[in-house]
Amino acid sequence: MTATNPTTLDPAGGASAPPAGLRPVRRPSKDRAAETRRKWYEIIGLTTPAIVVYVTFVLVPMGFALYYSLFRWRGVGPPTEYIGFDNYVMAFQDPIFLDALRNNAIIVFGSLLLQGPVALGVALLLNRHFRGRTLFRLLAFVPYVLAEVTVGIMWKLILTPNGSLDALLQSIGLGGLVQAWLADLDIVIWTLLFVLTWKYVGFAIILLLAGLSNVPQELNEAAAIDGASWWQIQRHVTLPLLGPTIRIWMFLSMIGSLQVFDVIWVTSVPAVRSLGASATMATYMVDNGFFARLWGYGNAVAVILFVISFVAALLFQRFLLRRDIQGATTGRAN
Amino acid sequence: MALKRRVTTAIALSITTALLAAGCGGGGESEAPESELFKNPVTLTWWHNASQDGPGKTYWEKVAADFTALHPTVTIEIEGIETNQLQRTRLPAALLSNDPPDIFQAWGGGEIREQVEADYLKDITEQAKSEVDNIGSAAEIWQVDGKQYGLPYRMGIEGVWYNKDMFERAGIAAPPTTFEELNDAVTKLKAINVIPIALGAGDKWPAAHWWYNFALRACSVDTLKKASAETVFDDPCFVKAGQDLKAFIDTKPFQDNFIATPGQNDPTSANGLLANGKAAMELMGDWNKGSLETVTNDKEALDKFIGWFPVPAISGSAGDPKAALGGGDGFACAKNAPGECVEFLKYIVSPEVQKGYAQTGTGLPVAKGAEDGVQDPALRSILEATTGATYVQLWLDTAFGSTVGNAMNDAIVAIFAGNGTPEQVVEAMKAAARK
Repeated sequence: MTATNPTTLDPAGGASAPPAGLRPVRRPSKDRAAETRRKWYEIIGLTTPAIVVYVTFVLVPMGFALYYSLFRWRGVGPPTEYIGFDNYVMAFQDPIFLDALRNNAIIVFGSLLLQGPVALGVALLLNRHFRGRTLFRLLAFVPYVLAEVTVGIMWKLILTPNGSLDALLQSIGLGGLVQAWLADLDIVIWTLLFVLTWKYVGFAIILLLAGLSNVPQELNEAAAIDGASWWQIQRHVTLPLLGPTIRIWMFLSMIGSLQVFDVIWVTSVPAVRSLGASATMATYMVDNGFFARLWGYGNAVAVILFVISFVAALLFQRFLLRRDIQGATTGRAN
Repeated sequence: MALKRRVTTAIALSITTALLAAGCGGGGESEAPESELFKNPVTLTWWHNASQDGPGKTYWEKVAADFTALHPTVTIEIEGIETNQLQRTRLPAALLSNDPPDIFQAWGGGEIREQVEADYLKDITEQAKSEVDNIGSAAEIWQVDGKQYGLPYRMGIEGVWYNKDMFERAGIAAPPTTFEELNDAVTKLKAINVIPIALGAGDKWPAAHWWYNFALRACSVDTLKKASAETVFDDPCFVKAGQDLKAFIDTKPFQDNFIATPGQNDPTSANGLLANGKAAMELMGDWNKGSLETVTNDKEALDKFIGWFPVPAISGSAGDPKAALGGGDGFACAKNAPGECVEFLKYIVSPEVQKGYAQTGTGLPVAKGAEDGVQDPALRSILEATTGATYVQLWLDTAFGSTVGNAMNDAIVAIFAGNGTPEQVVEAMKAAARK
């Protein structure tokens, strides 16, 4: 049977190609044309809604932002005073914007350096079998599930002057460590970095645990038989296989850190933010775009934020994610 | 890829152009004659900022219902929107579109000037003559170049709210009338171990208001008027204001960590410190009574100890010692709103409606004949001081417009934080005026 009808074994034929004996023998060329047409109808039919939504709510607003950023515009009446790239020049001359850039850099690198090792350690521990493992996994993930605003208000209450952290420090005899956590201009960014780490480390842990579940158990066993210690196994077997997951997490963390807004906005004090100590590019954009009513300028800041994120994403993809996403994106199949 | 992006930009640009063209059209509709009023059914949309459930919101609902009962052809659709959202995003966007609300919250000064320059507002000079007369000088804040574009329904001046019991315990005989006396009071209050003055600098504006008051004392009325109309800040009195402020901050009259303290509506705020007997004074506007009540542990005790006095004078300064800083809320009609809108606006500021508003306790009325509605003793003293003030200067951040106002407040807060100078405030204001 199989010998006389080889087409059934042809993987390329698939379900759409019936055995040769059953195939109708009329005009195969037109048949193929109809199929191609149907294929295109499907592509158009299925992608059009998504494309329309994407163009309307992503590309067109981006075009608007770029256009408005070239005007001196206070948001009253349509923009009329074209000033070229003055808004961009103004942003890079504003010390508060440069502070915001510096803060974003602190958050990007701080998040990677703090969350990465912590999450890796916790994930490796939680990957072992012990009683209560599920509970610990759940606890690690809780901060990530909480809404940003909830987290912000919670930490604001804890860190406020005479708040619960100060009370705790005093009750255990460490009253000397009490600080203006959210108001001291030199400390506030580190306080916020801590809150962000607390909030987002659970995400890194869950991602790494998922990555760990993909590491074949046999490799660990083989290494153990060869006499490797637990530490050696993690170092030489697990970690290299976890590479793609770590890189994807780094990518997401970096983009999130560049655009961070809500936790900062809710937790930090407006006065401290406007002095630059706790501003990020996104809070700077809202403070200037809406509260100072510089709409054109706010758009320029939005464009700068977009370009920085976009370039960072491209560079990261180009140099660090190259092997991981091979074939997954535009045509680079091999 | 590059080509694709260029095409998208071109599309975006053409859409924008179309929108702009549409935005520029319309307008210039001729006014319906008086006799046409209340003939045809109209629906007025009304945006105000009483968004939280309470006497303010309920009262506006009643006002709208009463007006409809008087004029059955008019239906009023109300939307209460939180102040910041209304002022910063919803209203500018709605005015930019072709479908703004008919009657809406209007902040006077720089804000209304910008709106008039963009041709958004209805000129009500003729129709509202008698109402403007009845309101008096407060109505000026809603004028641009001598024409009336809106009417206030609430107005009050700023002063110092204080704890009478603490003043007595500290041995302060009478509320200070000069800054020397205020400094003296601060020393005495420190001696009995209370915070002399609560300050919510975290929210910026409560701190900035101290600078405004020093500016009011250092600058002549003419200088302030010119600064508001032309956003010119060359007069040295603006630097003097910062120097006076710096000297005052150096006397350490405020609580520790005032940079992290929020202004109001929170037990840890400056309001909370005064309301709960931890601080003796707070500089704040006429609305403060209601805010203090929301954060106090003991309303009865608050009612007993709370008092109010005007901001002290500075001896030998150029400013008018009887001038006061204040502000209010008003409403304006959109340019193309039906004539009934103006009638409704006039109804809102009529003495009867104003008296009812005063009785809600949410603010001080502006119309003569509504004074009886004010029952609270502290509010009555503000009303008297407001009537007795020779000149009421609108909050400077509102008067100068959001852009200058924001930059000014930020620079003032920098002085409070110890890393700004009096000169930098003026530089920031000048730079913002150019932005």
